[in-house]
Amino acid sequence: MEATVATKEHHSWADDKNEKKPFEASYGKMMMWFFIMSDALTFSGFIIAYGAMRFKFIETWPIADEVFTHIPFSHGTYPMIYVAFMTFVLIFSSVTMVLAVDAGHQMKKNKVAWYMFATIIGGAIFVGSQAWEWKTFIQGSYGAVQMNDGKIIQFVDGTGHQVTLESFTTSHETVREQHSRKNGLWFVKESSLPVFTMDEVVEGFKKHPELSIRTEKIDLATKTKEILSREASLAHLAEGKAVVKGANLEVNEYGKTLFADFFFFITGFHGFHVFSGIIFNIIIFFNVIIGTYEKRKSYEMVEKVGLYWHFVDLVWVFVFTFFYLV
Amino acid sequence: MAEHGHTSTLLYGLVKPKNNVSKIWWVFGFLSIITIIEVALGIYKPKSLHLSSLESSIHWSIDWFLNLITFGGTSPLNWIFIVLTLIKAYGITWAFMHMDGEKKWFRRSIVWTTIFLICYLALILLIEGSYLHDVMGPYVKWDY
Repeated sequence: MEATVATKEHHSWADDKNEKKPFEASYGKMMMWFFIMSDALTFSGFIIAYGAMRFKFIETWPIADEVFTHIPFSHGTYPMIYVAFMTFVLIFSSVTMVLAVDAGHQMKKNKVAWYMFATIIGGAIFVGSQAWEWKTFIQGSYGAVQMNDGKIIQFVDGTGHQVTLESFTTSHETVREQHSRKNGLWFVKESSLPVFTMDEVVEGFKKHPELSIRTEKIDLATKTKEILSREASLAHLAEGKAVVKGANLEVNEYGKTLFADFFFFITGFHGFHVFSGIIFNIIIFFNVIIGTYEKRKSYEMVEKVGLYWHFVDLVWVFVFTFFYLV
Repeated sequence: MAEHGHTSTLLYGLVKPKNNVSKIWWVFGFLSIITIIEVALGIYKPKSLHLSSLESSIHWSIDWFLNLITFGGTSPLNWIFIVLTLIKAYGITWAFMHMDGEKKWFRRSIVWTTIFLICYLALILLIEGSYLHDVMGPYVKWDY
């Protein structure tokens, strides 16, 4: 009965150590575990929804390592490298976190503080990298054309490598002005206009006989996108509706818009978790420094926030696999 | 907190680190190696592990083996990725989150519940996804 009846008015941190606990886990730690479980189910809901849509469009889904090929300060194509770097940063910040927890068990205040600090830095590098990844994805790399029925067609040269719109299209400066709140209806605005018009792209394509068009369709034997003959390319281009550069929630130069939607939603939701994890880590870091846990004679709070941080890493492992690898 | 004071072993006693810190670095090395393998496979994507290359090289394989491999609806390469990911998840949960130090039934209440619900949801939705593909695929126009 002692465990269920409140015998004292005030519950102290010392009591927390002496009490009998279910599963020998403290209340806070157990609740952190159950929160993590529910959050894991939320994330798996998103990733499985991604999987369902991918199975639905299995023949036309964008190939991820053709999309994320950029690394900072370089113009080459390096598939996977940057995401691999991000993964290592996050795993390493998990290591410093668990080292902080271990130092906490030994009641070494300075060590805990330094390891927490390293964890915060690692998290900040990760979020920064993700911001750069978003920026690159939004800006796009080659540009493409969206057809009347919404399909995306891209441009390739004779060797099958994608080429940029700029490389074969010249602008005639006939582009109308972007409609903003200042110069048009005050309650309507539109996003920035593409650099080229549809007519200019068609004209440029006709001048370059070596170019052809790549569709969204995947040849399952080679796991590459289908490349059309010159005649079929021209027929496809005649159906073109709009010039697309980059990706957003409405259109995506790499293929299915759903791919961009899931990318922004899943990595955004994960990035938000990393961000809040950094905030928690900073709070606990300052608590360590002012000696809160030294007085409490227990660094369990570091352990709890550590659980959350490892969970963020755990989710990234799955996002990495299902977004970039599979 | 069972991990206080003594160091727990890794991989059911296969690895016995000196102390907690060396255990952490051991796990880090383990996770790094798996990640490097994943990235290497992701970049080079060996053709022999694609679904279609298995179907075309049917002369060396027997039917039941092919069925076993293609049963999951995806290529052997993707299954390798998924298995490696689950191993990584195990490493993070057991070593870094100290799941190995929790009471058996507390651990099971978390792990079994999560795995069961995820498998259930994945099964339902992926079947639904491929059904949608089978039904709607033929109506997508590709000739212009």
